[in-house]
Amino acid sequence: MSGTEGVDRPDGPTYEEWVAALDRNGFYLECANGHGSLPPRRVCPECGDTDLTQRSLPGTGTVATFSEVHVAGPAFAGETPYVTAVVDFGPVRLTGVLREVAADEVAVGDEVRADVEPDGPGDRPLVVFRPA
Amino acid sequence: MTGVRVAGVGLTPFGTHEGRAGRDMFAEAALAALADAGVASEDVEHLNYGNFMGALAERQGHQAPLMVEAAGLRCAGTRYEEACASAGVAIREAVRAVRSGEADVVLAGGMERMTNLSTAEVTESLAVAADELFEVRAGVTFPGAYALMARAYFDRYGGDREDLAHVASKNHANALVNEYAQYQRAVSVEEVLDAPVVASPLGLFDACPITDGASSVVLVSESYAAEHDLDAPVAVTGTGQGGDRAALQDRADMARTPAAADAADEAYDDAGITARDVDVAEVHDCFTIAEVLAIEALGFYEPGEGIGAARRGETTRDGRLPVNLSGGLKAKGHPVGATGGSQLAEMTRLLRGDHPNSDAVPDATVGLTHNAGGTVASAVVHVLEVAE
Ligand SMILES: [Zn+2]
Repeated sequence: MSGTEGVDRPDGPTYEEWVAALDRNGFYLECANGHGSLPPRRVCPECGDTDLTQRSLPGTGTVATFSEVHVAGPAFAGETPYVTAVVDFGPVRLTGVLREVAADEVAVGDEVRADVEPDGPGDRPLVVFRPA
Repeated sequence: MTGVRVAGVGLTPFGTHEGRAGRDMFAEAALAALADAGVASEDVEHLNYGNFMGALAERQGHQAPLMVEAAGLRCAGTRYEEACASAGVAIREAVRAVRSGEADVVLAGGMERMTNLSTAEVTESLAVAADELFEVRAGVTFPGAYALMARAYFDRYGGDREDLAHVASKNHANALVNEYAQYQRAVSVEEVLDAPVVASPLGLFDACPITDGASSVVLVSESYAAEHDLDAPVAVTGTGQGGDRAALQDRADMARTPAAADAADEAYDDAGITARDVDVAEVHDCFTIAEVLAIEALGFYEPGEGIGAARRGETTRDGRLPVNLSGGLKAKGHPVGATGGSQLAEMTRLLRGDHPNSDAVPDATVGLTHNAGGTVASAVVHVLEVAE
């Protein structure tokens, strides 16, 4: 039930292209004023600039916050408990599921790298983080 | 610009209304509000109706005309959707319509039916209020999102689960006498701490329940109130709305809710008051941490200071600023699309003196309601004052 296909700006990356690239050459979008954002996007949400350039995502990020989720919706029901985290990658933050680390071993500030699991819950690509 | 009076309020009990259609619940609240107001249904010029997940819960979109019909009105209606702030926006637009002179009588409120879904389905339906691409697909649930905010808050300002447990315990204590509340039972700090984890650091009793219910308020112009000799001592003197980025990851600070601060600033300016003037508040405590974030954004506390307010007894019923005397979303329940209307209804009763907890604030003349959508990507604040 994705409703986003076909509405991306024709010359810019789609959300799907962005996720698919996370395991090789992850990227974000940067405006002329240095603000970071993620696709699909036509305009910098900070300043309104429409000249957005693809930039490489930093190789590692740091955990900004996290939670071990025990009650999930149907798509993630078979995954519980899992750790969801928001991770700082310099100009942008990413949200995903933390792999290969137990919840009681995580701390704010931990260093991780972004990856993608192509067949996540609901068979949709899932953003994941692994210890750096 | 004409003043706006709350002529009447109506609520269904909040809780489980097994088998009852949403339209029936809304009709109950609307008829109660009209009766309380002493306003004839044919005088209502528009229905401003809030609902969030009806298309998922009852497979019913386009609800406004259905609700007009169910409430026996003879006017047009519009549905407002702003997640859990749906009724808040519906009321704000009603206030603006009356102020502008466009209407003299508007019925506003909302309804949500939730308990007919499984917990997993409700979790999924509520998650729709978050960013689908960058949060929902990553497994962020509604409790999970507030848990991310709670962790960010603890990391930035300190505080712990026990501080939050005092918020839950306080609000349950307030709900004991509220006949409309879903949980009229006390919950101790220990019980909150011992409850199963929903999304760490939040447990089951840090979260509001899954609730069915409806709310209505009749808003009228001052001239209509005078002409019809209505007993309507409470005025809506301030309204404000704020917005923020949908996804937590895109916010400058995950431990603050600037949308609520913006809404409050606008409402305070509108009413010509400051945070200091507020005697009593109903805030959007869908999770215990949400109340903490609210009382800071509303200017009652500096960032980092709100976490201990309940524990210190400052926001309790005998404190200097009682918060959520209704029991809050936490104990009163949170039928999402109805919540903003119930806050206005409860505050009106508190200020009129006919709420079971009015005795906690016998001299209150200024009340505030704060209704938030999603993880406060939207927020609506209203100031209510005793006008006569
Ligand atoms: Zn920019």
